[in-house]
Amino acid sequence: MADIKNLEGMIDSTPIMKDYADIESSKLPEYQIDSKIPEGPLAQKWTNYKAHQKLVNPANKRNLDVIVVGTGLAGASAASSLGELGFNVLNFCIQDSPRRAHSIAAQGGINAAKDYQNDGDSVYRLFYDTIKGGDFRSREANVYRLAEVSNNIIDQCVAQGVPFAREYGGLLANRSFGGAQVSRTFYAKGQTGQQLLLGAYASLNRQIKKGTVKSFNRREMLDVVIIDGRARGIIVRNLITGEIERYAAHAVVLATGGYGRAFFLSTNAMGCNGSAAVQAFKKGAYLANLAFTQIHPTCIPVHGEDQSKLTLMSESLRNDGRIWVPKKKEDAEAIRAGKKKPTDIPDEDRDFYLERRYPAFGNLCPRDIASRAAKERCDAGYGVGTGNAVYLDFKYAIERLGEDVVRDRYGNLFDMYQMISDDNPYQTPMMIFPASHYTMGGIWVDYELQTSIKGLFAIGECNFSDHGANRLGASALMQGLADGYFVLPYCMQNYLSDQIKVPHFTTDTKEFDEAEKGVRDRIAKLMSIKGTKSPDQIHKRLGHLMWNLVGMGRTLQGLVKALDELEDVRKEFYTDLRIVGKADDLNTELEKALRLEDFLVIAKMMAIDALNRNESCGAHFREEYQLADGEAARNDKDYMYVSCWKYTGDNEKPILLKEPLNYTEIKVQTRNYKS
Amino acid sequence: MEHTINVNLKIWRQRGPKEPGSFQTYRVENVSTGSSFLEMLDMLNQQLIDKNEEPVVFDNDCREGICGMCSLYINGHPHGPVQGITTCQLHMRKFNNEDTITIEPWRSAAFPVIRDLMVNRNAFDQIQQAGGYVSFNCGGAPDANNLPISKEIADIAMDSATCIGCGACVAACKNGSAMLFVGAKVSQFALLPQGQVERARRARAMVKKMDELGFGNCTNTGACAAECPKNVPLSNIARLNREFIKAKCAD
Repeated sequence: MADIKNLEGMIDSTPIMKDYADIESSKLPEYQIDSKIPEGPLAQKWTNYKAHQKLVNPANKRNLDVIVVGTGLAGASAASSLGELGFNVLNFCIQDSPRRAHSIAAQGGINAAKDYQNDGDSVYRLFYDTIKGGDFRSREANVYRLAEVSNNIIDQCVAQGVPFAREYGGLLANRSFGGAQVSRTFYAKGQTGQQLLLGAYASLNRQIKKGTVKSFNRREMLDVVIIDGRARGIIVRNLITGEIERYAAHAVVLATGGYGRAFFLSTNAMGCNGSAAVQAFKKGAYLANLAFTQIHPTCIPVHGEDQSKLTLMSESLRNDGRIWVPKKKEDAEAIRAGKKKPTDIPDEDRDFYLERRYPAFGNLCPRDIASRAAKERCDAGYGVGTGNAVYLDFKYAIERLGEDVVRDRYGNLFDMYQMISDDNPYQTPMMIFPASHYTMGGIWVDYELQTSIKGLFAIGECNFSDHGANRLGASALMQGLADGYFVLPYCMQNYLSDQIKVPHFTTDTKEFDEAEKGVRDRIAKLMSIKGTKSPDQIHKRLGHLMWNLVGMGRTLQGLVKALDELEDVRKEFYTDLRIVGKADDLNTELEKALRLEDFLVIAKMMAIDALNRNESCGAHFREEYQLADGEAARNDKDYMYVSCWKYTGDNEKPILLKEPLNYTEIKVQTRNYKS
Repeated sequence: MEHTINVNLKIWRQRGPKEPGSFQTYRVENVSTGSSFLEMLDMLNQQLIDKNEEPVVFDNDCREGICGMCSLYINGHPHGPVQGITTCQLHMRKFNNEDTITIEPWRSAAFPVIRDLMVNRNAFDQIQQAGGYVSFNCGGAPDANNLPISKEIADIAMDSATCIGCGACVAACKNGSAMLFVGAKVSQFALLPQGQVERARRARAMVKKMDELGFGNCTNTGACAAECPKNVPLSNIARLNREFIKAKCAD
């Protein structure tokens, strides 16, 4: 610890957290976390699990109903695979078609340990890179399994007809992403997420036609129904008619994505929300590691106050683009004042700060590190544009490869940049700045992807399990499809096998009555506020405060202030919210208000989780905890655990439960991208 | 660098599929030219909310041109006057101060208006459900590199597969035809080896469903490809015709 900067300035939030953590060390059985990791050596766990799990025979499968909420990569692949197995699947999405879920917008690619490039890749190396990229805060057994099934995903997608990029010889092409020293990323232009999602959507359509999957579009889940301690159904709002509908099943799967729009501005779609996670939380599911929110380094900077979302420029650009800011402050000032152009700055006056600080990985260091390094330069006064931007320059790639090759690789991204910024990136460097992009934290699940509520599963971005404190590029698509195609369909049977005697559920029970009444009361309460502020206005205020205080750099004082201000925003929401229109009708303002109410819960949990974690790791950077060179000071002794939060009431403090992280096959070390 | 403009809007408002609609005029001032078109509509809606009026309903989600949720017929063009982009990618710098902008929903018998500028595009899902897939159950796929596919074929298939299913082709077509949409999917699989086994069956099933759902016929005007935000080429329709005729001849 000797090299920690400002030793005397270090502040411990333990006293503040005492109230939250008083049950953490409890030995009460209901507070024990069981992650159900199978026995055996790491590389054998998944094989052993599959060999010994219970299965459901084909004749019984058709008697079992499964609800899948969400149609992104995880949801669509799970719904179609469960349908193929013979279960009755009810599949819900908020968009007008399953094909529009936000996975569609993933650009860069999907990782797999194929080692087609003969560059030394293996299941172990993908596993290791993912654990290291996550700064040793993810569950080892889950990540190993993810790396193991990664190859099946590529095979599966090619068999579906996904048009991946190919070499002239006809074999699949690869590129590199951050945090890896091998080329293991498969891609389809800058539209990989689109092509993978359309592949899953095609499989889903086949099952819809067969009748094994029923598709419900423009429906938003507003509660999960629990009967005798098991998830047995959901309450949804029909977004066209405003009607409240009930659906029952033997099990419920949440595949509802991340909560990145707690920051309001993000690369997420406008409809992305964390509501399903909050509903599960209030019914007893734990939320885990919420402080781990990924800020992506390469987004187009904010243009003004009316901005509604931010656009990502794919990480793949960092394969050939070089990131820099001026070395001299006066140059940066001149650029900001419009007196100089970036092309006026000679090479020797450019600070390629990622190459300087991280020579081994250079421009391809992981996202959290690249984002923080950009913020550090901008905070120090070297930013360009509005001061909150750095350059991503293709001049050198064009000199080396020629403009045609660069156009072939990144043409559509360059066009997108030009359309938004009105600058031509072939002639002048792109301007980029970090933005909220992905959330590693989420609903706690065990090895079987089951939450702490029996029969309630969570897959894809909405769970917490695989990415630790930071996700590597091209790993979100991998995880979503791994969960949906290859993990959940096996694990779920272990749960459903003892449900075969349970008849189809009716929605005509007191539990459904109560849940529906709860939803109706909640809507009526919001509609009756009749204040002056639209949901968007309050959401922007929330986002602003989260970005400033719970964003890339967090401090004890900042987080305490965030909790105070969140209370103000909450008050404003409950006293001054205005929802025009009616509840039992198409009402986009009501949709936004309901989502915002849940974001207020998540935002508070994010701040509490960040306050609890007195260390810097991955995307969670507490400014008090940094090494002399500005790198994260991780604290494995006290924080090598998953922080799981249990809901105790709207105005009560949540309880902290800890799932210890044990690494058996790898040596835990300081993350090093320098050498 | 950025400046602001004022715009006058003529927007189609309609309560429901069976109710009559009409154009309403609105004015939005001080719109930053760096804003997107949908951000300008957000500003309008905030104005309406401030007056306790119901906002204009329009579909949108990713706001980066890939989800296919946004639509809007702007000044007589699906996705506005700039080619090769979606409405959410259209920026206000493409308009002049004091322009009057006319905004309508997709107009096609197969896409009934739900409210204002929001339409029902379920017909597209139904066409895909009829055969827009390779019948292949998860698990048991051979190694991906066992099936070499030439780069040229993979690239053309990708150009077809890039369709975002927004429906601009149908909205642009005087016949309300979905041939470009269907042609894109049929082409992707007709080009790739994975799609060969079901090639004829797929073309027949998707065309049959398309006809059933009330889409019009193609008269080779080419408005669909000209207005397609993803530049899906017209050759997809030619390929669809070939595939369909071949399938029919084989019957």
